[in-house]
Amino acid sequence: MDLLEYQGKQLFGRHGLAVSDGQAVTTVDDAVAAANAIGYPVVVKAQVLIGGRGKAGGVKLASDEAEAREHATNILGLDIKGHIVRTLWIEHASDIATEYYASVLLDRSAKKPLVMFSVEGGVDIEEVAENTPEKLIRENVDPLVGLSREQAVDIATRGGADADVIEGVADALVALYTVWIEEDASLAEINPLIVTPDREVKALDAKVTLDDNALFRHPENADLGDSANADPIELKAHEQGVIYVKLDGDIGIMGNGAGLVMSTLDVVKGAGGEPANFLDAGGGSDAAKVTQAIELILSNENVNAVLLNIFGGITRCDEVANGLVAAFAALQPSVPFVVRLDGTNDVEGRRILEEAALPNVYAATTMDGAAAQVVALAKESR
Amino acid sequence: MSILIGNDTKLAVAGITGREGSFHTLNNRAYGTNVVGGVNPKKAGEDVDGIPVFANWEDTVRESGANTAMIFVPPPFAAASALEAAQAGVELVVIITEGIPAHDELKLYNTVKRDHPGTRVLGPNCPGLLSPGKANVGIIPASFFKPGNVGVVSRSGTLTYQVGNEMAQRGFGNSSIVGIGGDPVPGSSFIDIIALFEADPETELIVMSGEIGGSAEEEAADYIAANVTKPVVGYIAGFTAPEGKTMGHAGAIVSGSAGTAAAKAEALESQGVRVGRTPTQVADIAIEILGG
Repeated sequence: MDLLEYQGKQLFGRHGLAVSDGQAVTTVDDAVAAANAIGYPVVVKAQVLIGGRGKAGGVKLASDEAEAREHATNILGLDIKGHIVRTLWIEHASDIATEYYASVLLDRSAKKPLVMFSVEGGVDIEEVAENTPEKLIRENVDPLVGLSREQAVDIATRGGADADVIEGVADALVALYTVWIEEDASLAEINPLIVTPDREVKALDAKVTLDDNALFRHPENADLGDSANADPIELKAHEQGVIYVKLDGDIGIMGNGAGLVMSTLDVVKGAGGEPANFLDAGGGSDAAKVTQAIELILSNENVNAVLLNIFGGITRCDEVANGLVAAFAALQPSVPFVVRLDGTNDVEGRRILEEAALPNVYAATTMDGAAAQVVALAKESR
Repeated sequence: MSILIGNDTKLAVAGITGREGSFHTLNNRAYGTNVVGGVNPKKAGEDVDGIPVFANWEDTVRESGANTAMIFVPPPFAAASALEAAQAGVELVVIITEGIPAHDELKLYNTVKRDHPGTRVLGPNCPGLLSPGKANVGIIPASFFKPGNVGVVSRSGTLTYQVGNEMAQRGFGNSSIVGIGGDPVPGSSFIDIIALFEADPETELIVMSGEIGGSAEEEAADYIAANVTKPVVGYIAGFTAPEGKTMGHAGAIVSGSAGTAAAKAEALESQGVRVGRTPTQVADIAIEILGG
């Protein structure tokens, strides 16, 4: 789960990492009231989960109440690359002497946490990593020991932080690591980590991703994120315990198992089609779950044809067939379906489909054949 | 020969009394796997269709001689159970459970590596492994596979069945089929399993089936070039996956230019590993190499 800036900053604050005073608001009047309470100058910041909000006019400095009102009015409701601004973060404007970069993430290759620090803050860190890798300190941490203060001081020193803020940067790194551990984050990033003219070190931005699988340990974090801008079908799928990712094409896809579904998308694309979604119905799907999944796929109006690609292990093909029959009774879909059933109880599954003689349902015997057929059918029904 | 499991396997299962746990345990036993026990602290002394249930892993290993553990317990408790099995001296711990927090996986991996180097962990979020004709530990539908000379290692369960089935239809059998799982911190990597296949006299060809996310396939490519004499055929799922979206598996995500299928296929091909663009092509290449 990706957090909005202000949500990340609130987590930072909870673990002793310095951030500017601020308030999250959703109306212009509240924005003005917040700005008046915080004291000018303030920064009015759009809260969206997409980069480039500054360039899109989503971050503005206000030196008085009139400006605060003007900016809040302009930014609320703004569409930034498809993300509608519904929340503003109003914070006291910081004077900046220097901009650094700091992050903690999971290093999947080393199978350890990775702390990164650079004095080249405020810019795209991937460019720093590519063009001047010596300016990006990368330090693996033993997760059984944690990030010691000595190690943090060493990282700050080697990274070239100003001598008088080494301690402050080390404190920030330890606090950021604590956020990462305590909140079960997969990413905790500050860009920029600023030094003020009076030599205070604080987080001017926050990019935090939490591990959905660990939310049972953090019920207080369950409602974070930006569900208002999430795709409505993806949200509904999440509630139903099905994994659905919306894509741009017109061929609905359902399969069992993430790898097989990814492979199906590739094969459909290879056959000249454009998938409308990724849908992993998961292992052991029963008929009711299959019906729900088909309803999800068809709720995307772009869908012109649907491919069911099932290789049953835990999943039983007869259950899938029964689910499809029930879905047709309930939804009476107008688009063609291609169904490929292999694996556990496949003979029975195919028999059920044959007997049901559903309109516009085509049985395929191979994955490649199924892909070619669904692509042709989608073209016809466009 | 086969790798990791075979006629010497003595399997015990944590979560044996649950719906999925009991179903698959009995399936594994029906296939011929020697299932010697189960773990459930609340049901110690009972049995599941004749399989004795013990209170903890220490008792299980002492009483039953188990050398292989399968973990079916729910995500909040799965890593702790796996570690307990390692502490009890189990050599192979197979974690089927999906949805374990990444930090738990991270601590488990590093703790086992530091304190129990004699234990190998497979998974989490994996389908387990099958040595056709000998033993099945996990949820792989064994009826599609027969003994043979192709070793398969994969991050995805159902994709393994697809690839395996394509090969089986053309007459190939398997030495072992190993699912390493789709999570961010797998206990065993492609490299670990490929090294075992390289050393296994029965395996003549290795199929590795990867997917987007991380860099395990790239690391395997370098390892294969330096250490593997047997032919390897690759497959990567997720060429068309969009950036920033988790494609089902917690570990399957393209972030920026990192973790793309194209980069992985290129890394493998640059080291001489042929990569099929579809599961069918993987079988085509295997036939070319081994002869139909």
